[in-house]
Amino acid sequence: MKENQLTLSFSSLAENVGIARMLIASVGAQLDFPINDIEELKVAVSEAVSNAIIHGYRGRSGHVVLMELEIDDDALKITVSDEGCGIPDVEQAMQPAYSTDPERMGLGFVFMQSFMDELNVDSTVNKGTTVSMVKQLNRSASSPSS
Amino acid sequence: MEKNIERQTLLLRLDGDLDMKTAETLRQAIDNEIERRKVRTVILNLEKVQFIDSSGLGVILGRYKKLVPLGGKIKITNVPAHVFKIMELSGLPKIIDFYQTEAAAREEGRGAQ
Repeated sequence: MKENQLTLSFSSLAENVGIARMLIASVGAQLDFPINDIEELKVAVSEAVSNAIIHGYRGRSGHVVLMELEIDDDALKITVSDEGCGIPDVEQAMQPAYSTDPERMGLGFVFMQSFMDELNVDSTVNKGTTVSMVKQLNRSASSPSS
Repeated sequence: MEKNIERQTLLLRLDGDLDMKTAETLRQAIDNEIERRKVRTVILNLEKVQFIDSSGLGVILGRYKKLVPLGGKIKITNVPAHVFKIMELSGLPKIIDFYQTEAAAREEGRGAQ
């Protein structure tokens, strides 16, 4: 059952990355995630959104990034999508230290993978990329679901 | 950002978030001093940094790569625990020296005068 959902649609601008992080931090706090988990959610979202702007849209403004949050009984699902250039080889892009830019560390997907319970990347060249990430909720103690 | 230059050492006290929005400004601030004022040691005090992601880490790594061929180095001090965890996962502490305080970073490697 879907308990709650939020959608944030924003321009491909660097200043919006911080807003996406604020949203996930607020939602994470509301779901009673420990502070450490909230920090990790912020990093994962920051990486996904930065990738959409820097790689998906090649740093160009005037495009739209969509961040969708779905909260159900046992998980928080985050989907970040763009309609940018797409990733030709997703498997290669997800390798640690893979980067198209020497100034960057190629750690974006590594962080997303480390901090989330599930990560799925769906990309089509010239159509766009959708990154879906799931973080399990551990709320058995506070709210019985029966 | 608070800046201090003494001889060939640049000390920057950073604050806020080190992400794709602030990465470019930081890169330019450091590179300008390396090129114009021949700075060879860069000390970054991260005490007031609240957030870092791979864009922020990339700038630090990039400055390291720029300084090493020039015989320079980058030092990091006063890192908050939650920021250090991200840095640790990136492997950065394996190649860059971390210090508890600015004084410790300044002392190390200065040698006899």
